Amino acid sequence: MLDISSTDVLMVGGGGAGLRAAIAVAETNPNLNIAVISKVYPMRSHTVSAEGGAAGVARADDSLDEHAYDTISGGDWLPDQDAVEVFVKEAPLELMQLEHWGCPWNREPDGRVAVRPFGGMKKERTWFAADKTGFHMLHTLFQTSLKYKAVTRFDEFFATKLLVDDGRVQGVVAIELSTGKIQAVTAKAVILCTGGCGRIFPFTTNAAIKNGDGMALGYRAGAPLKDMEFVQYHPTGLPFTGILITEAARAEGGYMINKDGYRYLQDYNLGKPEPTPVLRSMELGPRDRLSQAFVKEFEKGRTIPGPYGAVVHLDLRHLGEKKIDAKLPFVRELCQKYENLDPVTELIPVRPVIHYMMGGVHTDINGATPLQGLYAAGEAACVSINGANRLGSNSLAELLVFGARAGRSAAAFASSQPAPQRHLLAQALDEETRLEQEFLNKTGGRERIATIREEMQKTMEECAGIYRTGPQLEHGAGKLRELQERFRSIALDDHTRPFNTELSSALELSYMLDVAESMVQCALHRTESRGAHQRSDFPARDDRKFLAHSLVKRNADGSPEVSYAPVTITRWPPAERVYGK
Amino acid sequence: MPDKIALEVARYTPERDKEPKFETFEVPLRKEWVVLDALNYVKDKVDGSLSFRWSCRMGVCGSCGMMVNDEPKLTCATFLTDYAPGPVRVEPLKNFPVMRDLIVEITDFLTKLSKVKPWIIRKEEKPLSEGEYLQTPDQLDTYKQFSMCINCLLCYAACPVYGLDPLFAGPAALALAQRYNMDSRDQGSDERLDILSQHDGIWGCTFVGECTQVCPKHVDPAGAIQQYKLTGTQEWVKSFLMPFGGK
Repeated sequence: MLDISSTDVLMVGGGGAGLRAAIAVAETNPNLNIAVISKVYPMRSHTVSAEGGAAGVARADDSLDEHAYDTISGGDWLPDQDAVEVFVKEAPLELMQLEHWGCPWNREPDGRVAVRPFGGMKKERTWFAADKTGFHMLHTLFQTSLKYKAVTRFDEFFATKLLVDDGRVQGVVAIELSTGKIQAVTAKAVILCTGGCGRIFPFTTNAAIKNGDGMALGYRAGAPLKDMEFVQYHPTGLPFTGILITEAARAEGGYMINKDGYRYLQDYNLGKPEPTPVLRSMELGPRDRLSQAFVKEFEKGRTIPGPYGAVVHLDLRHLGEKKIDAKLPFVRELCQKYENLDPVTELIPVRPVIHYMMGGVHTDINGATPLQGLYAAGEAACVSINGANRLGSNSLAELLVFGARAGRSAAAFASSQPAPQRHLLAQALDEETRLEQEFLNKTGGRERIATIREEMQKTMEECAGIYRTGPQLEHGAGKLRELQERFRSIALDDHTRPFNTELSSALELSYMLDVAESMVQCALHRTESRGAHQRSDFPARDDRKFLAHSLVKRNADGSPEVSYAPVTITRWPPAERVYGK
Repeated sequence: MPDKIALEVARYTPERDKEPKFETFEVPLRKEWVVLDALNYVKDKVDGSLSFRWSCRMGVCGSCGMMVNDEPKLTCATFLTDYAPGPVRVEPLKNFPVMRDLIVEITDFLTKLSKVKPWIIRKEEKPLSEGEYLQTPDQLDTYKQFSMCINCLLCYAACPVYGLDPLFAGPAALALAQRYNMDSRDQGSDERLDILSQHDGIWGCTFVGECTQVCPKHVDPAGAIQQYKLTGTQEWVKSFLMPFGGK
């Protein structure tokens, strides 16, 4: 029944990070075999939805140090500064590499790549392809990857387990979705590139496939997760759908206004309103602060009630049709399609929406996790350059820089390793048995996947939202334990093999429950407020106790255990975050 | 407005069924709901075995193309209310083999995409340290439209030529080939033309333009194919007039 294949370096996930890593492996050592396993075709990956741009110093008036400072202060001094220094140095090269591979970056009249302002950035350094930057980057990477013969794709293979032997990760077990067959793919090194897990929450910009697969795979295999309490709300999501309206809308000059038409951000220590955008000020403040301001406006009764919760308005009308069509065509398309309104003449209703996980699988600056043979990159990983709050447009650059670094270091490691042993087969067979017993052949369960999923999402929104408290988090932790227990009684309607998408949904739910527990535990233990983690019961930042990364490991009984690791400070000692000055 | 609508969904499980059959579900008719929301309602609340692909729900990942009342559509961008009072009939994309319920086999497209070499081809690559290849906004505009393809394959489902001649490279692959041909950074158009002229698929295209009509991203594959034919004809004539390096 079980199929086995082997490779040298295996990517789990075929989005931006996975494809960049695969190409890096191919270019580092052309003799290595490379496999990309993904539960979707690579061009379906969620990188496709990123809109605004990718940051990398590009102009003479800018410097690497300024990009580093914006990133570190934006992350409320939690980023590791050695990682940030590497990141800002390599980001422009990676973006230039994408240019050479054909990415259709917007251009200046003289033919140079254009850059735009972005939230929390003191200089214009965000490269963009209109407002479909992620789409163009992903398709450029995917199409470019097709020329590397060493890359074998396992499209629509769902990874269920990492194979670990002798303290070393040596491959994965995966379901071939088209047939339902279980397959073991052994490898000398594995790179997790599965992205984030926004679907843990009810209202998110994230695609259906964002279930924390790689985070849970690593966590279950013994790799620690890092800084999981830091969850980014993007301030401008469309109500009901959660579709993202890019920060570029504000970078191009859009205003955030409340029910009185007042640019309310001026009341939250973000600077004074000016007619045109001011960098690191007002609408170009960082996402955590803007999302928190929304909650305060709501509490003051100055938001607008709507059928899917309170909203404020994003006003682009003064930008004019020409600019909107040139710089923000996707924003217009999305508003027309999903809200039946035209931003050229009408206000866009928006509310904060779950967007990005600052946390992820703990890695060093080469993408290596503490577990030998296991690497991670992109949103699935936490290096960390984002700290307590990621700046917009840093993540697309991050997946390139650290995708490439993880690829190079995994290639070097794989080149020195012996081939995986046959006895991994026993583990793969055990996994096949587990999937059959717990899901495919099981009868008598009574819980529905959708019910548990909805309860988890509601729990997370209630206990781990923009503002959190100890008692809410305690309650959430208890509820998640209960849901884990109930998950054991899950019932599938579908017991067939080919494209059993209900089985994938069940496995995704199980990943999400594990990741959700890790988040709540980290949030509970961090009794301070920093960046996107705001504890109403501990409103101040506490550098004495918490200038530290949370590390969460999974105990044998499945419970999460939190410890701390120091933050690397190189040249920027902790200071107050100042915007609007 | 009635509060329910009938959703007729094509069902097929290869282990069990000889051929697809329709199953009807009553689903809530809500003004915000797209066809995909109705399918998810069925999967979550009624029958977990219903299988279909979807991901971004914002019309950019290209996963959820299906036939809706016989037209190829992105179901995440097709509103239920447009079909009131119903029924809404949902089937897998035409012209592809069906694998399960609403899921079709698309590896043929992936193979064809690779064949047209959809990447920048250059005789010499300059080092990154020398910066970007300059490209003016006008030069960008010449290929930008073709670069917007999300690979949703609605155009293949609509294409009468692909339906009859599965060897035809097809609208999306040709549009993407043209995307690179028109890119000022690329020097690979001769290579791509050689590949494409090996099969006469593009000559079979009658320029009825069904592909362009159904494209949710306004890529205009039919326009790309017409450009291709023109270049192809010119090259063919040149090869007779100037057989020794007329290119």
